[in-house]
Amino acid sequence: MLKVEHLAKTYGEGDRAVQAIGDLTFEVNEKEFVCIVGPSGCGKTTLLKCMSGLLAPTGGEVRLHGELVDGPPEQMALVFQEYSRSLFPWMTIRQNVAFPLRRKRLDKGAAAKLVEEAVESVGLSGSVDRYPWELSGGMQQRVAIARALAYQPEILLMDEPFASVDAQTRADLEDLVLDLRGKYGVTIVFVTHDIDESVYLGDRIVVLTPAPTHVQEICEVGLPEPRDQVDTKELPEFARLRAHVYRSIKRRQSAAEEAVNA
Amino acid sequence: MSERRQRWLGVGLEVTVPLLALVLWGLLSAGSDTYYFPPLTDILSTFADTWLFERVGSDVVPSLERMGLGFAIAVVIAVTAGLLLGMSRRARIAAAPIVEFLRAIPPPALLPFAILVIGVGSSMKVFIIAFVCIWPILLNTIDGVRGIDPTLDDTTRVYGISSRDRIWRVMLPAATPQIFAGMRTSLSLALILMVISEMVASTNGIGYFVLQSQRTFAIPEMWSGILLLGILGYVLNGGFTLIERRLLRWHRGARASALG
Amino acid sequence: MARRAIPDWALPWLSVAAVLVLFELLPRIGVLPREHFPPISQTLDTLAQQAGESKFWDAVGNTLQGWALGLGIAAALAIPLGIVIGSSRLLYRAMRGLIEFLRPIPSVALIPLAILVYGTGLQSKVFLAAFASFWQVLVATLYGVQDVDPVATDTARSFGFSRVQRLFRVTLPSAVPYVATGLRIASAVSLILTVTAELVIGSAGLGRSINLARSGGNEELMYALIVATGVLGLVLNTVFVKVERRVLHWHPSQRREAAAR
Repeated sequence: MLKVEHLAKTYGEGDRAVQAIGDLTFEVNEKEFVCIVGPSGCGKTTLLKCMSGLLAPTGGEVRLHGELVDGPPEQMALVFQEYSRSLFPWMTIRQNVAFPLRRKRLDKGAAAKLVEEAVESVGLSGSVDRYPWELSGGMQQRVAIARALAYQPEILLMDEPFASVDAQTRADLEDLVLDLRGKYGVTIVFVTHDIDESVYLGDRIVVLTPAPTHVQEICEVGLPEPRDQVDTKELPEFARLRAHVYRSIKRRQSAAEEAVNA
Repeated sequence: MSERRQRWLGVGLEVTVPLLALVLWGLLSAGSDTYYFPPLTDILSTFADTWLFERVGSDVVPSLERMGLGFAIAVVIAVTAGLLLGMSRRARIAAAPIVEFLRAIPPPALLPFAILVIGVGSSMKVFIIAFVCIWPILLNTIDGVRGIDPTLDDTTRVYGISSRDRIWRVMLPAATPQIFAGMRTSLSLALILMVISEMVASTNGIGYFVLQSQRTFAIPEMWSGILLLGILGYVLNGGFTLIERRLLRWHRGARASALG
Repeated sequence: MARRAIPDWALPWLSVAAVLVLFELLPRIGVLPREHFPPISQTLDTLAQQAGESKFWDAVGNTLQGWALGLGIAAALAIPLGIVIGSSRLLYRAMRGLIEFLRPIPSVALIPLAILVYGTGLQSKVFLAAFASFWQVLVATLYGVQDVDPVATDTARSFGFSRVQRLFRVTLPSAVPYVATGLRIASAVSLILTVTAELVIGSAGLGRSINLARSGGNEELMYALIVATGVLGLVLNTVFVKVERRVLHWHPSQRREAAAR
């Protein structure tokens, strides 16, 4: 469904050029939950911005359903890490969630229903008329997720969405995303630097090298569904996978060849 | 002293000190035979005779009309131009020297020009008020549009927000805190220019009245005019603050939560 | 990014040139009435002639004198007063109401009073300029003194700095950026009031010269003097911005601006 081929991104020109992404190739299938994990500063956000068409790559391409991505595609939504800065502070929760729907030219009733459902599915029905800054960080991120879902994207990109909330809230939000994925049937690309999170959430994990970024390896996560914060994380397979991904990141580029057949 | 007592003392002082100052003025000027500084009671009774409400229609209303119209024209022009310049870097670079020069001219220096080209009527005053009020609002609007959070900008792009919605529902609200800061500066400029323009060339208005009173040595009248202008400045500023607080409730809330 | 036909550095020059050409041509082809708008070349020509005349420089000197004295007196009064009021919470609360009441009073309202008390000379001009600039500097100083990071004060206190030491080592350095900004704005205000006084009261200076040129029907001279006044304003502002940058290069507000350039 989404293909990233030989993607490269260099910032600046000449002597001061910084190569953020070296050469990235991977694919995301329909209804799949793909986690992208890598060491900090490895160009994860740059990758996501290129995938969403916010940033033009300097090499290679991104294709969605075979079509070249050269601007934000209509079937795609994005959830940012900085929830407090991606919500519009002058709009209520309801207005925030409804705002992107203006593009879809739905009639009033249909749009209101989508908003209602999305807000309810993230458990914020009671707060629709409050402002984002009146809510806690975790709740603000729920609003951002509701906004993405109401937009009914085929594919949802998430950029370290839970990196700035506390541990308990984070576990709740992880389960919420897994739950909603089933309910809305949406394809998810989830960028994180947290190995546990990537193993817990993903169907597949794309492990990246430090900048200039390449794909270190791609591993399948065969953990049983539905996942559970306690049971799943107790499984020997979970421990094995996270140790594997951890070593894979530590091993870095030098041993990249050995790691291909994980 | 306990925290609480200190706070109450503070509030008490904030109210009583200005009143005390007024009383002091009254006492010091009572029985004053200095020609230029008549007793406060004389000024107040003249104030009541003059401004309640004999000269309201003939002087206060024309003054406020000129000021309001000039200010409103400035807001419309400056916000529009500010949005355009804020969005285009190259337009900003091109306009910079002209804007810098025009706003560096001390506004009263343009009065003779306005009199020459437009004449001495009301439209001259409206023009000069509008011209002067444009710059603070324009520069603040540009800053506001440029200062828009990149994440917010990315969000509007990802969701394919139309450019009309982008301008009206994202840029304009995002820039309002700065726009209001500019408007506050401009409002006091508007009052100043209203007074100056009426002093230089006019047949009515508060500024005209005050200067005319001085020229005819009607000293209590002059003081009553000065008092009125002071009250006007205070009321305009206070009223504007109230509107600003109401409209920008989200801004204070968002900032408080970001700091906390 | 694609190469542009016009590079960025040329844009300001082009726009200035466009404005000059416009104000040369429009009066010549009669779109702007010739009697009110002499072609810009004539204005600039007059300005060049003026630059050779001592009368012109006298006017510039008079204006600068009013500006400098007004600003200087305002700063000399407002900065110490702001520090004293700002460093005591109780005193600040006591004065705040009074300041908030007096500050919005348009200084130009005092023009008639200034004429009565000080006449039509330099004193009136300086009084008005100083009165108007005073509030800018005072309020800026108050903000600056109030806005000192409490952590910095507590740190200084824990190291056993005395009250006076804290004032000089912590409070004043933190307040400097605010005072500098206040002074820059006060400088503009002082110039405005100086020119106003010259125009309305008739004290010697550029403001009066402009008005005389208009009433004498000498449009070229009027425009030339307006341009000269604008240049003066521009120069004063630029100097203040430059000094502010140099003095405050360590301050975060300057860093951000520097990065943006």
